[in-house]
Amino acid sequence: MQTSTINKTAKVPKLEKAQTNGAPKKRLEILKTYKIYIGGKFPRTESGRYYIAENGDKEKLANVCLSSRKDFREAVVAARSAFGDWGSRAAFNRGQILYRIAEMLEGRKAQFIDELIKQDTTKEEAENEVLLSIDRLIYYAGWCDKFQQLYSSVNPVASSHFNFSTPEPTGVVSIIAPQASSLLGLVSVIAPVIAGGNTCIVLASFTKPLCAVTFAEVLNSSDVPGGVVNILTGKVAELASYFADHMDVNALVFCENDADTQKMMQEKASLNIKRVVLYNKINWLTENGQSPYFIMDTQEIKTTWHPIENIGGAKAGY
Amino acid sequence: MWRGAGGEGEILMATKNNTLKLKFDSARKYAPAPESKSAAKINPRYDLFINGKFEKPLSKKYFDTINPANEEKLSEVADANAADVDRAVKAARNAYENVWKKMPPKERGKYLFRIARMVQERARELAIIETLDGGKPIRESRDFDIPVVANHFFYYAGWADKLEYAFPNRNAQPLGVAGQIIPWNFPLLMAAWKIAPALATGNTVVLKPAETTSLTALKLAEIIQEADLPPGVVNIITGAGATGAAIVNHPDINKIAFTGSTEVGKIIQRAIAGTNKKATLELGGKAANIIFDDAPIDQAVEGVINGIFFNQGHVCCAGSRLYVQESVFKEVVRKLKDRLETLIVGDPMDKNTDIGAINSKQQLNQINKYLKIGQKEGAEMYQSSCDLPSKGFFCRPTIFTNVAQSNRISQEEIFGPVLAIQSFRTDDEVIEKANNTPYGLSAGVWTDKGSKIFNMTTKLRAGVVWANTFNQFDPTSPFGGYKESGYGREGGLHGLSAYVKLGGIV
Repeated sequence: MQTSTINKTAKVPKLEKAQTNGAPKKRLEILKTYKIYIGGKFPRTESGRYYIAENGDKEKLANVCLSSRKDFREAVVAARSAFGDWGSRAAFNRGQILYRIAEMLEGRKAQFIDELIKQDTTKEEAENEVLLSIDRLIYYAGWCDKFQQLYSSVNPVASSHFNFSTPEPTGVVSIIAPQASSLLGLVSVIAPVIAGGNTCIVLASFTKPLCAVTFAEVLNSSDVPGGVVNILTGKVAELASYFADHMDVNALVFCENDADTQKMMQEKASLNIKRVVLYNKINWLTENGQSPYFIMDTQEIKTTWHPIENIGGAKAGY
Repeated sequence: MWRGAGGEGEILMATKNNTLKLKFDSARKYAPAPESKSAAKINPRYDLFINGKFEKPLSKKYFDTINPANEEKLSEVADANAADVDRAVKAARNAYENVWKKMPPKERGKYLFRIARMVQERARELAIIETLDGGKPIRESRDFDIPVVANHFFYYAGWADKLEYAFPNRNAQPLGVAGQIIPWNFPLLMAAWKIAPALATGNTVVLKPAETTSLTALKLAEIIQEADLPPGVVNIITGAGATGAAIVNHPDINKIAFTGSTEVGKIIQRAIAGTNKKATLELGGKAANIIFDDAPIDQAVEGVINGIFFNQGHVCCAGSRLYVQESVFKEVVRKLKDRLETLIVGDPMDKNTDIGAINSKQQLNQINKYLKIGQKEGAEMYQSSCDLPSKGFFCRPTIFTNVAQSNRISQEEIFGPVLAIQSFRTDDEVIEKANNTPYGLSAGVWTDKGSKIFNMTTKLRAGVVWANTFNQFDPTSPFGGYKESGYGREGGLHGLSAYVKLGGIV
């Protein structure tokens, strides 16, 4: 392998380089192409641009798509068209599918641990992060058909009406995933959004993008309908304003502690009264990184009224 | 019809449809039944209510507030400038840090109970002033606005010492000083919606009523004074847009609660970007009211009338778009027109009046602009033939037929007694049409079939959905919008969230 090519096996045993008659002694490893995930498909960015993900040792890990505004817009179209179905599915079914994601992730633990190690995580930390990510999905799988009960109410109105309030998904959510985390941050912000029936477009960590693309493959094989989760790779500075000003996005999640970008995104969000959710003080590795309140951050409360007829039987007190 | 046109034929046709047109114009003239102005005391001038006292404005300016039904001056109120706002915020901050957040929650609640009772005691006076200052029929301010104001204070009073039950596994803490800006359509009711939950959760308040309807909020200030609420917990300052902007931009405010137009809501959301201010926005609406062919038509017609003509149509959740299933379209439109003729438009102080005065000259111009736009776009306008008073701001109840989905009268909020009617054939079609709007505050469905009701109510993207009823409100029932109708809820358990931050796991 030439030093100029991408070393996708950094920190793990390297390909045997001994040559016999000009051919490798062992079979040549198949390198993975890291693409983006839109509408259940894996296209390259329409822009044709890429960047090279490196680790701390400046080892090249992959050519990664540098997604464009148009990729984002296509992802919004995919998310919007998936919302009708996903948002109205039985909560039980969404729970099943989130559980299925966890199952698929469990089965591919080794691959994620490898990728985390390549991206400068110690083996122990990598194992911990993957296990926590699986458990986090299980946690939200369980909430899918319960948070509504916790946050609903039947309201004792003074008039003769049956009146109740329930949470419903906000719609299409744009998410800029925690940039310091490759997998756990990503899973922690996606899971509550889709558990509540929203669809989303997620911008992965710029410096640690590998797990996001592999997680898209997990989603793709987990009965998650295409378009429910769309994952882009690229630069926050380039894409953040589009995540905030798109008129068909209903809510926005931003996790960085960057006051200027926060302000810019909140300003642009006002164009269509987007709900802005900031998670800049959350340690995703702890218990504080999961909560049904995170689900409620991208929910609306709907109140329904219906008259109650008052004839007959009113006097029967038994 | 085969007997030919004329009276006999009409009766026959009416019998066939099992409906008779009621003739109100001849036998049923109502004698005037005006409420008495003398039951209310209005001062010639009002100052700003800051730190428990009425203070002269630093701006030294006052502006007139008039009765929109006869354009006569009722009083003049102070025009608070940025320095006045700062004074009010300082008073609120001081009260928050030193008194209110330290007060045992049950004591906070008792103040709210006390205010609720005093509102009930002075209900008649408040209703009269609400009608004089805002133009809404006395029947509505007497039977709806003021009772619900008192109920709202009662409801949230009881929450003050029970917050640990409202937020499972979390410790709810007040936010601090809330800046609250309210509209002119339900002046005192909006003040109650804002103040009651804020105080129950331990916040203090700087509230600004709309410039055309300041008087009942100032009356509430008198009640608050009389109730011995600690000074500075509620501050009520009057003024127009500039005063509101000074509240929004004040650096020592922790929370903005705004009810008003989507346009201003967007400006506020932008203005507070990059600050830590929390916000709830209750903005505009363009509600769809949907009648299926199996609906009880007479009830539905009444519901549509109430949905769009309640409070002169100055209602953010007004049912301003009517969708009628094709097979009953003609019948519904005919009955609406008949019912329109029976509506009594005129003196808001008359207890018989159904539709009072438009709140301001400016709003009347806005409505008239849309009447022209609607006709220009090719829609067919029908108005009640009623006489309008020669003075004051009035508008005939109006319906438009032959409306296209793209017409401005079916896309934009008019905020007046103007209904745009369209027909539809299938459920899917009407769901798509109803949701085809940037707004999402409310919606209505009329059908006799329960399963269809719940299909519709779950698919309509709106915060409040009325099935076989419309424009119902209650302190226990959360109210607020989807999409560009704003965020956050007011009323009910969910209304508490708007005024707390959730501390760590209990």
